[in-house]
Amino acid sequence: MSRIFVAGLGAVSPAGWNVAALRDVLNKGEPLPVQTLERPGWNKPLPVRLVPGPTARPEFLAHPRLRRASPITHYVVGAGLEAAAKLRAKTDPRLRLGLVVCLQSGCVNYSCRFYDETLKDPATASPLLFPETVYAAPASHLAAVLGNISLANSIVGDPAAFLQGIALGAQWLEENRVDACLVIGAEETNWILADALWHLERPAVLTAGAGALCLCREPAWSTGVELAAITDAHTYSGRNGRTRAARAMRAQLGNNSSNELLCDGAGTSPHADAMELDAWRDWTGPRLSPKRVLGEGLMAAAAWQCVAACDAVAGERFVAANVSLVGANQQAIGARFVRAGSAISRLSRG
Amino acid sequence: MLFPTTSRPQTPPRVVITGAGIITALGRGWQPNAEGFRTGRTAFRPVSLFDVSRQRAKNAAEVNLPATLPPTALSAKQMTRLDRAASMLLLATREAWQQSGWEPSENLPMVLGTTAGGMSFGEAYFRQAVQTPRRHRHQPTRAIYYQPQVQGRMVLEALDCNGPVTIVSNACASGSNAIGHAWELIRYGQAERALTGGYDALTELVFSGFDSLQALSTTVCRPFDARRDGLALGEGAAVMALETLESARRRNAPILGELIGYGSSIDHHHLTQPHPQGDTTLAVMRQACAAAGVMPEEVDYINAHGTGTVLNDSSEAVAISHWAGQRAATLPVSSTKANIGHLLGAAGAVEAVICLMTLREQWLPPESMFETPDPACHFPIVQKPRDGRVNVVLSNSFGFGGVNASLIMRRWV
Repeated sequence: MSRIFVAGLGAVSPAGWNVAALRDVLNKGEPLPVQTLERPGWNKPLPVRLVPGPTARPEFLAHPRLRRASPITHYVVGAGLEAAAKLRAKTDPRLRLGLVVCLQSGCVNYSCRFYDETLKDPATASPLLFPETVYAAPASHLAAVLGNISLANSIVGDPAAFLQGIALGAQWLEENRVDACLVIGAEETNWILADALWHLERPAVLTAGAGALCLCREPAWSTGVELAAITDAHTYSGRNGRTRAARAMRAQLGNNSSNELLCDGAGTSPHADAMELDAWRDWTGPRLSPKRVLGEGLMAAAAWQCVAACDAVAGERFVAANVSLVGANQQAIGARFVRAGSAISRLSRG
Repeated sequence: MLFPTTSRPQTPPRVVITGAGIITALGRGWQPNAEGFRTGRTAFRPVSLFDVSRQRAKNAAEVNLPATLPPTALSAKQMTRLDRAASMLLLATREAWQQSGWEPSENLPMVLGTTAGGMSFGEAYFRQAVQTPRRHRHQPTRAIYYQPQVQGRMVLEALDCNGPVTIVSNACASGSNAIGHAWELIRYGQAERALTGGYDALTELVFSGFDSLQALSTTVCRPFDARRDGLALGEGAAVMALETLESARRRNAPILGELIGYGSSIDHHHLTQPHPQGDTTLAVMRQACAAAGVMPEEVDYINAHGTGTVLNDSSEAVAISHWAGQRAATLPVSSTKANIGHLLGAAGAVEAVICLMTLREQWLPPESMFETPDPACHFPIVQKPRDGRVNVVLSNSFGFGGVNASLIMRRWV
């Protein structure tokens, strides 16, 4: 069994195009301003938090593969390059990099545009749009930009599937199939996704972006953060509802500690948050709830939780951070990141 | 725990197949499909699911779904929430499950590949939102049940089971990658058994997409034929019950075949076009062989990705010819997309079950519409129905985005 470390973090969010911007808004704790999206045929606008344009045009946008790519690809590439930057600076460019991109809704912008064109007249629907509608497009584009991706998977699920992605990356590293692995969670917004969220979780504010963790086996490449544990996937069913699954996940993550951070998925939707809040009701330590500041970013929000947790440990604000992901319709999974080499690291590894 | 895993075996266990389910335009279940593939029957007909009057292509391989689904552990209300794709997944899973003889479990992993999941619900959501924006009826249900992880979870519930669901969406390699991932879960001790496969239904968006790319044949789908002019779309599902050999032997389960190798990588060349020399295809075939411990000389049949597009087939032909070397001259190859079309996220899984049929029944599936070989093919295409000695088979799958996968299976005697 190998030890798995975090070699870098990346984030694109409504706070901006890097982890520092994410950290700043989370430290302030104030919900970001809400914008609106027009919904065709209905005068009630939909609340969203959009990703601002980058302050300077990122160099990667000049890559020919990104010319027509959708926003979600830009977010994936932005977060992925930031997470891999330190590793790429100090390692052989030929190192074998794995890539796991996790999505819930995926490329909704181009899917809606293309289907809209199809309904109007399929004979003139644009062939430029269709390839960008597939879930695998963002991973493909990032692989082309990086040039050394040797193994890639796109995983679809509810936000807890981001930790399935982390577990897959860890498995590839343990099997020595890759030297490092980027795991990215991403989403983009459009009116139809905001409309769907309005139907399902009315108080929530949809947002978009990406979060990325670069995993490695080599301690020298580490930011000082180690992956200690990922719980079982507690899948929902008629017999195993969200409440029970969330409690089972929480039970696997250990006890209270004032030195440890809980990074949870609570937002502004009392109904959706109730099960997770119930599972962690006895938690007395510090708690961070990124969705309360950023909004409902689906898979991107799950990734931001992990990025924020790792960033807090890397910045030596906490010796460990627990991540709680109680997904909307699939499963509850938790994870624990610890300071590499600390006593708690060894303890948590049992 | 998903990490760290504590039960990793010193030597990876052998993984066998104890159940297989399939549904395609050739029929529902093993028997009608085996008969169809053995004789080279094609299953294309005019598209009836949506309007194609303004599309270049008019035909596809549509599945005949039964008027009612068989009773399961799902309630009648839950059954109404299965769309066309989920219904096919349920039928294929149920067949594999029944054949495996497994008991219901609360920890049965399911690994599925799909490109579109419940896209028909997504399309209905979009149409209603645009055409009658103030009408909200059914929209919340569609927003939940179009998601593939929900469909996978419901199918597990239909079997009175629960367990972790993983959805792999690597475009048209999804089915093979899902099976490969399930194989790895078992080999590395994370599960003793798993249900795995792929599914996709025909949808208007996807049909229009391939038509807009002018990738659809306006004549007949003829993979590797010098006169090929594109692919044909189909729909379906296939699911396999995988378990360790030890588990199968412990319960005296009939074994259908053994999954012995898997390779996967990503082609950086282009979003939709393969590298002309098939570099990544070659790499994954070699990876799969290395994992299986077999040489090209030992492979008795290749079920090619073989879409029927000019670029895919020439690239794959170069890769197979290079990989096989001298063996290429006598290595039988065919693409069953000539019979049932391209099943996208289901393709790799359906083709894996077809490979299992060739191993079980010792025949090779012909491409009955094939006439003139592409010059890049240095291997014979199976054109006529024929029996053969089939001990080891290899199945290729590639997808938009460049993910390539190969699976290798061995006959169980």
